Amino acid sequence: MKIKRKPQDAVFDFCNVAFMTVMMVVTLYPMLHVLFASVSDANALQQHRGLLFAPTGFSLAAYGKVFENPMIPVGYANTLIYLFFGTLINVVLTTLGAYALSRPSLMLGKYIMFGIVFTMLFSGGMIPTYLLIRDLHMINSRLALMIPNAISAWNLVIMRTAFRGVPPSMEESAKIDGANDFTILLRIFVPLSLPVLSVIVLFYGVSHWNSWFNAMLYIRQRTLYPIQLVLREILLISTADMTTSVNTGDDKANIGETIKYATVAVATLPILFVYPFLQKYFVKGIMVGAIKE
Amino acid sequence: MNAVQKADPTSRNPKKEKNIFLRDVARNKGLYLMLIPVVGYFVLFHYVPMYGAQIAFRDYSPLKGIWGSPWVGLKYFKEFFGSYYFARLLRNTVLINFYDILFGFPAPVIMAILMNELKGKYFKRTVQTITYLPHFISLVVICGLLTDFLASDGVINDIAALFGGARTSFLLEPGAFRTIYIGSEIWQSIGWNSIIYLAALTNISAELYEAARIDGASRLREMWSITLPGITPTIVIMLIMRVGKIMNVGAEKIILLYNPSTYETADVISSFVYRKGILEASFSYTTAIGLFNSVISFVLVIAVNKICNKLTDSSLW
Repeated sequence: MKIKRKPQDAVFDFCNVAFMTVMMVVTLYPMLHVLFASVSDANALQQHRGLLFAPTGFSLAAYGKVFENPMIPVGYANTLIYLFFGTLINVVLTTLGAYALSRPSLMLGKYIMFGIVFTMLFSGGMIPTYLLIRDLHMINSRLALMIPNAISAWNLVIMRTAFRGVPPSMEESAKIDGANDFTILLRIFVPLSLPVLSVIVLFYGVSHWNSWFNAMLYIRQRTLYPIQLVLREILLISTADMTTSVNTGDDKANIGETIKYATVAVATLPILFVYPFLQKYFVKGIMVGAIKE
Repeated sequence: MNAVQKADPTSRNPKKEKNIFLRDVARNKGLYLMLIPVVGYFVLFHYVPMYGAQIAFRDYSPLKGIWGSPWVGLKYFKEFFGSYYFARLLRNTVLINFYDILFGFPAPVIMAILMNELKGKYFKRTVQTITYLPHFISLVVICGLLTDFLASDGVINDIAALFGGARTSFLLEPGAFRTIYIGSEIWQSIGWNSIIYLAALTNISAELYEAARIDGASRLREMWSITLPGITPTIVIMLIMRVGKIMNVGAEKIILLYNPSTYETADVISSFVYRKGILEASFSYTTAIGLFNSVISFVLVIAVNKICNKLTDSSLW
């Protein structure tokens, strides 16, 4: 059915597309700026004023310098450890909890669920948690970045919703065949919920990748720093220290700025490259989470 | 869940209740086994700190521990309420949230409604992919870039200078902090937060739009009279959750962006707790502040949910 459009609708469409284009430019420009600046010639960049629409000069020297900083590979390696083992712990515990709590036959289920949801609304606060971690001797321990945030209540709720959607007949037939709860979870529920499970893996993974606050609270030893804490030192705390420690002499001081940009690129590009391939899973995850029970 | 319980023919016989519970454990051994680490985790890392929050009422010293430290009642609460910081922290915390709700909350709603009006499938997808992107950039990097762009020799000042403006270090200006905080917040999350509204939009029946078109409604009219009411329940739920967090500004971004010259407008309860508690080890004092904050937030979520329940059909529970 074709209905004649009004002229003001055409105006609206035009404005809408224009607005969205502006949004995209505003979103992308800072990232492009970083990329251009990171491969620019340090002295030329120093002279340059205003927006960058292409690299000024070309030099990959800054990238070389980034990897000369021993903290970058250390931070990267640490983050990978936290990311891998942390996510593993997250996913295993979340799946176990979500499955058990998704079974309607469990008498205590709804009380335990209430107890878990309550933690989303009320907390003891930063200091009591810090004192607990300290009393558990987790300060300066890798465990402090993997155990205290082992389960996100929100992700557990999402996973539980997904498990609830599995048809009960599948479980019943497996039970008749004598399968126990662990077998049923592994052989039936996990394979049937793989899309949601992958979303949960991604959510946890991204949060480990981006996390720095807990590391700042609980980790003092620099060799245990995750990459974000290293980045914070480079980008936010002492720019001057960085430039003087990497190079001495006034002439080379300019490279400090390009090093900063190169560091940002090195730390951000991996996740931005992976992201478009995973986008649909993320979006699906948000939608699953949006289902109200 | 309720249906199952109603079907379950267990009468409320107190003698039998213990038996029923034991039978339940025996029948669901595997499930309870799975729950042991999960319940253990929540008890240890969420409920123990709630219990530990009692040091707000004690004079905590690390040597004596939580139990050995003497009770002091409301001393630390009084100290906080009477201090110069109380008004400032409360004002900053509420104002940052207030402006974020005023500007940051509607932004993704508008974004979703406008995205929904896009005709080209590929154009729409490109807009989505690009605007979701900043969500994945870490906070540290975003704040690092903000610091860089807003410095007196940064890009923003370069542009301002081009038009004859004077150079200022924006991050040293107390008056600019909230704008920077909320502006960057919108930049980072406008696309990502629109997802949930886009999802809600897919449930609006296409017939409504057809009928409106036959009646000669303009596009703006459709958005106002069909799209917006269609996603109102989702908006209400998101608003409840947002208002419930009005006392919880994440300390993370504040700590990355503020400095002593902007404490005036930037210092919020959580960043203050971090500074005084972790860095200066005033544990009891800051636990009291944190507890005050938690209780207010908790009451707020409950209250807002009640109000929304009365006003509309939508609520969290």
